[in-house]
Amino acid sequence: MKRFIGFVKKEFYHIFRDKRSMFILFGMPIAQIMLFGFAITNEINNVDIAIFDQSKDTETQQIINKISASNYFSIQQEIQSESQIEPTFKKGKVKAVLVFEKDFIKKLETSKKAKVQVITDATDPNIANTISNYITSILQNYTLEKNKNNKPIYQIQTQTQLFYNPEMKSVFTFVPGVMTIILMLVSAMMTSISITREKELGTMEILLVSPLKPIQVIIGKVFPYIFLSIINATVILLLGFFVFGMPIEGSLFLLAFESVLFIVCALALGILISTLADSQQTAMMISLFGLMLPVILLSGFIFPITSMPLPLQVISNIIPAKWFIIIIKAIMLKGASLAIIWKETLILVFMTLLFIGLSIKKYKIRLE
Amino acid sequence: MKQEKIIQVENLTKKFGDFTAVKGITFDVYRGEIFGFLGANGAGKTTAMKMLIGISNPTSGKAIVAGFDVLTQREMVKKSIGYMSQKFSLYDDLTIKENITFFGGIYSLSRKQIKEKTIQLVQELEMQDVADNLVASLPLGWKQKLSFSVALLHEPKIVFLDEPTGGVDPITRRQFWEMIYTQAYKGTTIFVTTHYMDEAEYCDRVSIMVDGVIEALDTPKKLKEQFKVDSMNDVFLKLARNIE
Repeated sequence: MKRFIGFVKKEFYHIFRDKRSMFILFGMPIAQIMLFGFAITNEINNVDIAIFDQSKDTETQQIINKISASNYFSIQQEIQSESQIEPTFKKGKVKAVLVFEKDFIKKLETSKKAKVQVITDATDPNIANTISNYITSILQNYTLEKNKNNKPIYQIQTQTQLFYNPEMKSVFTFVPGVMTIILMLVSAMMTSISITREKELGTMEILLVSPLKPIQVIIGKVFPYIFLSIINATVILLLGFFVFGMPIEGSLFLLAFESVLFIVCALALGILISTLADSQQTAMMISLFGLMLPVILLSGFIFPITSMPLPLQVISNIIPAKWFIIIIKAIMLKGASLAIIWKETLILVFMTLLFIGLSIKKYKIRLE
Repeated sequence: MKQEKIIQVENLTKKFGDFTAVKGITFDVYRGEIFGFLGANGAGKTTAMKMLIGISNPTSGKAIVAGFDVLTQREMVKKSIGYMSQKFSLYDDLTIKENITFFGGIYSLSRKQIKEKTIQLVQELEMQDVADNLVASLPLGWKQKLSFSVALLHEPKIVFLDEPTGGVDPITRRQFWEMIYTQAYKGTTIFVTTHYMDEAEYCDRVSIMVDGVIEALDTPKKLKEQFKVDSMNDVFLKLARNIE
């Protein structure tokens, strides 16, 4: 035990005396969560639009007022002719143009029908989509209001209710995502680098010649990172909860248990990488391209897995991060219990055991 | 010779797939001697040494180190030996004192022992002024001497030195060999590999490995007589040429 404490102490010296490690460990999580939380977002706010009103009557004016009254849009300019529409987009000042047809109010009164055209700048398809959805729903509300007094003959109303994230806050997906990335980065990359560093410097040989058993060396090296990962996870959750209002509906204990499971899984991966790589550089490369990219791209953190092509969907199954994101989203947003997420949990347990088993096998081959 | 055998090697063999790196070597090392283990790069001396210090399993054959079998009593072997590798073997980002404490700790020295050893060692090496500095700030020669002292911290019966003086200036090499002599005089067996043929002259006995086989083993004096040359360097060259 005393040997173990001495070992861990030495490991902490390594970490605290290395500026790069300190930055990755403590600077990155906070920077990332702040970036994702504040800067990178799918929500739209005060999007600049232009109006091409060919009718200019009381009805179109009311609709325009309605739109500018919402926080989503701010009307930047009035366009006078059709030929101005494209140049306006090209200047990049507005994301959408709203076109009211001629004799708007007259058509409404005579044929009960009038047209509004929504033209969006689809160079950014997600935003274009969101904009047209928002405008459509504002217009729908407006017509509903108008129809209140004179009963229409036949009408189907959609009432949408958004469960678990009623305000569609993107933070709710980013907090679990960032937590996953950070835990993966700290656990897998940092451990693989710290183990390969000892190999590179030749101190690993000294440790193996000492009475320490190889397993003790590995546990001693990995332990500080378990500790630091748990601190990181806590910091991210606290930031998410207090700064961004991310709910934690489910049991904290279950959340902690699943996080530790994922941390151990990532550590096992880190150890496996360190048995494959001989230098810190290789370890870093494998971690970055073999782990970080798949975690960011294929875990469902940024791009929904269901909309990926089939082969990628299949590949995403072997990424531990995918399962962890499903688990923590379920716990935090839906208040899920273990009874609901047992399958994902089992998959993570299985993967962890697999990585540990592979590392041990690899390690033995090395020794012989 | 009636000396006590501290290392006994019999038919020790190591194969990597089809390639046999060590081809059934047999030799003994006696307590308190300085045993030079020589050979060109790729002759198999590092592989042989790795089997003796318990980080590589022999394919066949037997090796008893400090009374323990390297295959079945590895833990006991490890407790009885010290090791210093050709790569510098301390932590650069730890201070001298922290390094001593750490290595003392993994060899299960008590806190009191570590304290005493630290004071004694720092004094012997005349490093009192820099004891709290990071090892990275020391010149290479000092690091090497510190490394050797740390390998001796747990008072091992045998210390294995893998090319300990690589890249060190001649004066430091000289001082380093003085340390080795002092330690051998105290009864510690020294097992040393080296590239420098002048260093081979300092050894009590020398073995020369060529292509996985020990081609010669005797005192430097007798080896020179046997090959009718004036220096160990010529012995080495003659052996290498004969094989070709």
